[in-house]
Amino acid sequence: MTFLLFAEQLLNGLQFGIMLFLTAAGLTLVFGVMGLINLAHGSLYMIGAFAAATVAGLTGSFLLALAASLVAAAAAGALIELTVIRRLYKRDHLDQVLATFALILILSEGTRWVFGSFPLYLDVPRYLAGPVTLPGGIQYPLYRLTIIAAGLIVAAGLFALIARTRIGIQIRAGEADREMIAALGVDISKLYTLVFALGAALAGLAGAMVGTIQSVQVGMGEPVLILAFVVIVIGGIGSIKGALVGSLLVGVTDTMGGVLLPRLFALFLDPSAATTVGASLASMLIYILMAAVLILRPSGLYGSA
Amino acid sequence: MARETYINAALTLLLILVPLWAWCSGQTYIMTLCTKVAILALAGVGLNIALGLGGLVSFGHAAFFGIGGYAMGILASHAQVMDPIAEWPVLIHGTKSMPVIWLVAMLASALAALLIGLLSLRTSGVYFIMITLAFGQMLYYFTIGWPAYGGEDGLSIWVRNGFPGINTLVPVQFLILAYVILGLALLFSAALARSRFGLALTASRQNADRVETVGITPFKLRLVAFVISGAITGLAGALFADLNRFISPTMFSWHTSGEIMVFVILGGVGRLYGPVVGAALFIMLEHLLGGVSDYWQIFLGLLLLGVVLFARGGLIGTLAGREVAHG
Repeated sequence: MTFLLFAEQLLNGLQFGIMLFLTAAGLTLVFGVMGLINLAHGSLYMIGAFAAATVAGLTGSFLLALAASLVAAAAAGALIELTVIRRLYKRDHLDQVLATFALILILSEGTRWVFGSFPLYLDVPRYLAGPVTLPGGIQYPLYRLTIIAAGLIVAAGLFALIARTRIGIQIRAGEADREMIAALGVDISKLYTLVFALGAALAGLAGAMVGTIQSVQVGMGEPVLILAFVVIVIGGIGSIKGALVGSLLVGVTDTMGGVLLPRLFALFLDPSAATTVGASLASMLIYILMAAVLILRPSGLYGSA
Repeated sequence: MARETYINAALTLLLILVPLWAWCSGQTYIMTLCTKVAILALAGVGLNIALGLGGLVSFGHAAFFGIGGYAMGILASHAQVMDPIAEWPVLIHGTKSMPVIWLVAMLASALAALLIGLLSLRTSGVYFIMITLAFGQMLYYFTIGWPAYGGEDGLSIWVRNGFPGINTLVPVQFLILAYVILGLALLFSAALARSRFGLALTASRQNADRVETVGITPFKLRLVAFVISGAITGLAGALFADLNRFISPTMFSWHTSGEIMVFVILGGVGRLYGPVVGAALFIMLEHLLGGVSDYWQIFLGLLLLGVVLFARGGLIGTLAGREVAHG
């Protein structure tokens, strides 16, 4: 294993982790503030990607496509919050799981109905195509580097929003005591819609950015949703900081495991068996990580409950 | 309660009359659908023990369904090519005998439920939901990456496995077999709910602190319930694999977990017949709406949403009128 390959995979893991964070942030925020478990979060990721692919196809502009993903996912988020989700805040988690599972069925099949079953493709814009050379002679795609940077900027913005702004104060107050902030004159239902739409927009943006690397298709949100769950269980549900740490842990573990484990097994197994065993085990690695974290800290790394 | 008993009796009659009519008029397809309903209902009966009695919202029961299916697939695929599963340390042959397969399927899924339960039951609420989901996904990705039994493509079994004394290839005989097993599982689950264990489990769902005060450990009760629940769902998985003569990682997918949960909810959580009604309704919808539109799951989603938002207690709850608390 060369240094170059190692560095490249580490960057891939970082990129994967950052994209996971954008998805997991909304999930953990919604749980932290509203106490709601939202399975349909992956559908919002999908909606963002489809909106971006459509706008990119019509206008050819990548930036417009990204803007469209934010707007479409936020709008879809606000719409389902107003129609369905707000009826669920006072229900138990079982009802929330089922209702949002129903939303997945509706949104996935609805998207399939509109766009068909064939995947769409989003192209990397020409000015971001091709590799760049990093210090140490690492060749790395400029696009992936850009989305790492974009993700980090969005993450920093989110932290600033929550720590420094009035809305952030209300969000944190909502996590701590929702009756009290309602009594202080904050329109709590508007705040809830806003938080939900914000989480949706972040997921939609991640969908559009990842959709450029992979393909845009129905069901693309589901693997990401499950990983986002693993992330927030590891980080502690409701904690944005936990979501960031969890995302990076999961992203790097998953990527590095996929590369390193087959090589590790190749030291004492024959090549084909090593590839098989290594790949199977690598796909389970993040769940093993999650189990390990839970044994040590049942409410996650930064969980308070 | 009395009203629910009448409803259950009417449903039992319906569940017997429909396949009887199908058998008389030679409609094999309807009989296969009824068999499917019985098997999926069995999976729901399993989940209902954890969910309805124990209040454990497991979103990973596909794990046990899949393990049951793969137990059947592994045993039968080795038997059909006469290739032993293991030669060391002991020689293990595959088998085409249903009772042996069922036993293995139940033991394997019970063991998995024990391990998953030991880890997951340390947590509660949303953590429990997500962790059981994650364990299910872990096995899903494992089977996709495991080429020995078909990997992502799954594995076909040439001939349905045998049961001593009956010909399982005749639809009506397999149907009766599935019905008998479902009936036994329902009897077992009703007896369990009335037993000391079931009462303690129900009590620890309603108020875990009080149960602990009288000297019972809710963790142990929940673990046992989770293991029983997993074993029954595993048995359903083995039967389902035999019905289709096919196994694939889809059995492990989280959609399967969601669907098993939907059976329980559509019918009514904690109701003895809930899973049966739910599975029957689900298959009926799939069959009727699936013929009208390729996108029938939109309607399923809307119906499910309606039941959750407006008809709590599911179909039986709506008909029988009394709400059963859950959660």
